[in-house]
Amino acid sequence: MPGGLRFGAPMLKSKQPMPKSLEELQAIAKRVRQEIVVMIGAAKSGHPGGSLSAVEILVELYFDAMRIDPKNPKWPDRDRFILSKGHAAPVLYAVMAEAGYADTPLDKLNTLRQLGSVYQGHPDVRFIPSLEASAGSLGEGLSLALGMGLAAHLDGRPSRTYVMLGDGEIQEGQVWEAAMAGGFHKSDNVVAIVDYNGIQLDGFVKDIMDVAPLAEKWRAFGWHAIEIDGHDFPAIQRAFQEAQATKGRPTCVVAHTIKGKGVSFMENNPKFHGTAPTPAEVEQALQELR
Amino acid sequence: MPGKTKFDLTPGPATREAFGRTLAELGRENRDIVVCDADLSKSTMTTYFAKEFPERFFSCGIAEANMVGIGAGLASAGKIPFVSSFSAFVINKGFEQLRVCVAYPKLNVKVVGTHSGISIGEDGPSQMSVEETGLACSLVGFVVISPADEAATKALVRAAAAHIGPVFIRTGRPKAPKVYDAGQKFEIGKAIEVIEGTDATVIANGLLLAEAIRAAETLAAEGVSVRVVDMHTVKPLDRDAVSRAAIETGAIVVAEEHLVDGGLGVRVAQAVAESRPCPMEFVGIRDTYAESGQAGELMEKYGLVARDVAAAVRKAVARKR
Repeated sequence: MPGGLRFGAPMLKSKQPMPKSLEELQAIAKRVRQEIVVMIGAAKSGHPGGSLSAVEILVELYFDAMRIDPKNPKWPDRDRFILSKGHAAPVLYAVMAEAGYADTPLDKLNTLRQLGSVYQGHPDVRFIPSLEASAGSLGEGLSLALGMGLAAHLDGRPSRTYVMLGDGEIQEGQVWEAAMAGGFHKSDNVVAIVDYNGIQLDGFVKDIMDVAPLAEKWRAFGWHAIEIDGHDFPAIQRAFQEAQATKGRPTCVVAHTIKGKGVSFMENNPKFHGTAPTPAEVEQALQELR
Repeated sequence: MPGKTKFDLTPGPATREAFGRTLAELGRENRDIVVCDADLSKSTMTTYFAKEFPERFFSCGIAEANMVGIGAGLASAGKIPFVSSFSAFVINKGFEQLRVCVAYPKLNVKVVGTHSGISIGEDGPSQMSVEETGLACSLVGFVVISPADEAATKALVRAAAAHIGPVFIRTGRPKAPKVYDAGQKFEIGKAIEVIEGTDATVIANGLLLAEAIRAAETLAAEGVSVRVVDMHTVKPLDRDAVSRAAIETGAIVVAEEHLVDGGLGVRVAQAVAESRPCPMEFVGIRDTYAESGQAGELMEKYGLVARDVAAAVRKAVARKR
């Protein structure tokens, strides 16, 4: 492409009022990481590792790739995002709060997991109607995305549906039922993103139930598969553009990521799949994330 | 007391057949009606819809969990999906998805189980759905319906489509005795008193409604006046009808083609306990899996025919003093 990638170019007729530059996206990602650490620290429970690994992908979706209008969250032609790995709710909450949805207030992020908070332990549409799906039981989001994609196709809408799956999550059989169905129905308005951070609750994915080789599996099920560095904004943007241009089959973006990305003592550390940082650890993390 | 002539009770179309025909009609009336199927369309009778509206019929293969999830996605994008398979498969293999993807966000998905109960017959217990009423009723916000015949199914499938929210409908494989005239009105959550009576009430649904009517006719000849109530909606339960039966007749028998554990009987008993406790008896399957055989033979062997209902009524009436 002449001139290479141009951040801020109006890709996909974005409804985002001001498309973001690379620097702006990086600045948002930094704030989101800080918010994740602080809110999970305040909650004293939660899943920091898999939230931090997904930051760039969600920021790219909500601030650049998706055609959305946070002021009109039920706009019928919007693009949709489902966080199938629902335990990474903090990254979704922080990104939606930054994006300005009325039902995800920025100043309430630290009520995460408390009684009465809209920020439930896992995403819950009863509390946040702007969410596209409730989640928490692994393996289910891809099926939902296919249903949304089929509906958009029937109605002739331009909506695209993005769904993020965990690498441990895809051990669930339903994911492969859905993968088979997505290839069969040629669901080219659906994009699956696997957050391939290599760690699940009990340890390393390769030791618990290895999912490799990943791209080959999706290709065998009739998908276009792209492997990228899931922390590299230009690579993520290129992948979503390639998915948009791919017709007749859905796309899976296999995003190689680092669990706990950005916080040295959380990076690649299975402990921080589902353990909250202590107050001292929050302080240390925030120093690293400045 | 109405005479025998009031009820036809000759074999009519199966309730699954009535479902399939009605679904195709609904497809003509509403473009938002869509169907998800798991390789059983020729048995669930969604094939009529599939032939007429192939673009709105989604083949999901033999993968019920994914099928329920796709249905949930379609509903959240504004469609009215009918998700159908044998009851045993859609409720059991899809239960987790019915709970988290449909009930929890309260999506407008219509789940239709066919080949319910033991009257599926020769295929045997792996295909026999005898737990589904309990399972479906445990899904928060679900409406659960068990129609008795063709007219009831047609009306209640339409009511389900018009209702906003998740619905489970239980239908059967064999021909269903004709109870109702085509013009009969049905309302979700509103039981129908098909026979008036004062000495006892039989509350039944599905195929057991016809058996209850036959039992009431037998007992009338013995001088026992039996009220028969069609509890076609198991959830929400028509508690007023139950409470009236308890107060006005003083003895209740519940009859269903289901395990007595977790079925209609349990829900009725709860409503009775909370209104006016009275003697109750239960006709259903008692903690066992059935076997292969013809539907009629199985209903006899497992205690689900008029004779069993009549015996239960005599027992309940005897306990009144």
